[in-house]
Amino acid sequence: MNTLNTMEIKFPSKSINEGFARSVVSSFILQLDPTINELTDIKTAVSEAVTNCIVHGYEDNAGIIYIKGEIREDNLIVFKIRDKGKGIPDIKKAMEPLFTTGGEERAGLGFAVMESFMDKVKVSSKEGKGTTVTLYKKIIRTNYEKP
Amino acid sequence: MLNTTYENKVLTVFLSGEIDQHTSKNLRMEIDSQTESLRPETLCLDFDNVKFMDSSGIGLIMGRFRQMSLLGGRMKIVNLPENIKRVVYLSGIQTLGVIK
Ligand SMILES: Nc1ncnc2c1ncn2[C@@H]1O[C@H](COP(=O)(O)OP(=O)(O)OP(=O)(O)O)[C@@H](O)[C@H]1O
Ligand SMILES: [Mg+2]
Repeated sequence: MNTLNTMEIKFPSKSINEGFARSVVSSFILQLDPTINELTDIKTAVSEAVTNCIVHGYEDNAGIIYIKGEIREDNLIVFKIRDKGKGIPDIKKAMEPLFTTGGEERAGLGFAVMESFMDKVKVSSKEGKGTTVTLYKKIIRTNYEKP
Repeated sequence: MLNTTYENKVLTVFLSGEIDQHTSKNLRMEIDSQTESLRPETLCLDFDNVKFMDSSGIGLIMGRFRQMSLLGGRMKIVNLPENIKRVVYLSGIQTLGVIK
């Protein structure tokens, strides 16, 4: 499948960078002229993945978070969010709604949000090595009129 | 600083901007310290000026709901913007009857 455009960033796992990641990701997809809803969906899903790297992957210690974005044919957007943190021992369990290892103040809904706001979510992880979350979404492009 | 009003035993918190893991930490501490000292009958969270929220915001809401129950009070949510409704409804919070 043809890749039409790409971007890559990396940044330290500081919580202030959650907003930074959302801004970069929205700037990148604006070229596809998404609807406000599509933009909100993607920003929210990326925010969930980045927050998980900070809170769970690196457990609030210093680490680097990597984001790769791609725009493929037919307005398919792909974002890979990666950490080199502690990894997820049981991915299936981690993705169940309400499951959390984060204690009282976490809802355990990050993966549920990603899955409901994106077309597809892939998670690969290795304990002690890190986690990669890949998010896919096709932009319907209702705002866009073909020239 | 948090924008709040207190009248008739109702503490209203006017939330604004982006609610994520980064911003929810301070919000939690400020709201809890006010509910603990004022002991309101109702904690009202006003979302009118909230531009973005993710699941950290859901955790914030659920945590305050529990906090108010422990203190023997109630919580309600008002002025939920359309684009934030979608993430809130995913959590099932609406079934608690707190969204006005
Ligand atoms: N990058 C990661 N590294 C290690 N563990 C992770 C990672 N992402 C998720 N997890 C694990 O999966 C669980 C579920 O994640 P999810 O985002 O659904 O909920 P949460 O982060 O616990 O709560 P919320 O997102 O609602 O604040 C986490 O509690 C954690 O145990
Ligand atoms: Mg999460």
